[in-house]
Amino acid sequence: MHELPRQELTKGEGLKAVIVVFPGSNCDTDCFHVLRDVLKIPVEFVWHKQGKLPQCDLVVLPGGFSYGDYLRTGAIARFSPVMQDVKRHAEAGRLVLGICNGFQILLEAGLLPGAMLRNRSLSFICKPVWLRVENNQTPFTRKFQSGAILQIPIAHGEGNYFCDNDTLKGLEDSQSIVFRYSAQTGELGDEFNPNGSLGHIAGITNAKRNILGMMPHPERASESLLALTDGRALWESLV
Amino acid sequence: MSYKAQVHVSLKKSVLDPQGKTVLHALGTLGFKEARDIRVGKYFEVALEAADEKKAEESLRKICERVLINPVIEEYSFTLTKSA
Repeated sequence: MHELPRQELTKGEGLKAVIVVFPGSNCDTDCFHVLRDVLKIPVEFVWHKQGKLPQCDLVVLPGGFSYGDYLRTGAIARFSPVMQDVKRHAEAGRLVLGICNGFQILLEAGLLPGAMLRNRSLSFICKPVWLRVENNQTPFTRKFQSGAILQIPIAHGEGNYFCDNDTLKGLEDSQSIVFRYSAQTGELGDEFNPNGSLGHIAGITNAKRNILGMMPHPERASESLLALTDGRALWESLV
Repeated sequence: MSYKAQVHVSLKKSVLDPQGKTVLHALGTLGFKEARDIRVGKYFEVALEAADEKKAEESLRKICERVLINPVIEEYSFTLTKSA
């Protein structure tokens, strides 16, 4: 089992989170609301032009359409001034969570391996899907049961995860695939995979387990008012 | 010197191209049975200043590899011409 990085970094103080706002981010306030109002975690926004991150334990790269998805999803956002400090934050072993467009940015920035292709159907898909928790030994998933089945919404046009065979084997061998699309029963198959992603991948971590990228939106499934609550344990894992 | 480059970006052969597959399928439906394969790519026109052609090519390669393509899934080729 891997060390959980957060424990050695927060020195007994509560988690402090930062949400990076890019031009075109549109899930930033959802994440802010869930962190501040639902989980009671101190959180602040950081504009992408800011050169330095405030002192924090968790950086969230939220969903949206940074820079209008021009060129490729996440391709321009990775050059934002704040990303240099996000890389330093990640290299220091502190937590980084990229959701949807945030995941795409992490891939383009090289903080996680692989790339996104257009969805197999070519359609933008916005609906709740079923996910299977493949690894609950990460700082992001330790409050989930092993093999838990979650219902969390996706909303993307390019979530068709791709990497070469060696990279896929590396991800599998290091148990870095954290979430896979599945049936409600946990069964895997193309018919349960909304976008055609390789290995039914919905979320991956790095080997150090301090960076998580995922296409589904846990911030849209964290309070009973929104009917879905399966995402809440992800935030609770971080506290 | 001023140069003009025409850059073609395409998905690597090993990468499935959902757009190309869909277009090919549409062509088949329309009766273009002769169409065997389609790969959808991107095209860029880049105007640049450089001391000579070698330097222009060097910076163009950097531009392609750092920004225009994602080397995980894409490859590129270009033609470079001196512009008036």
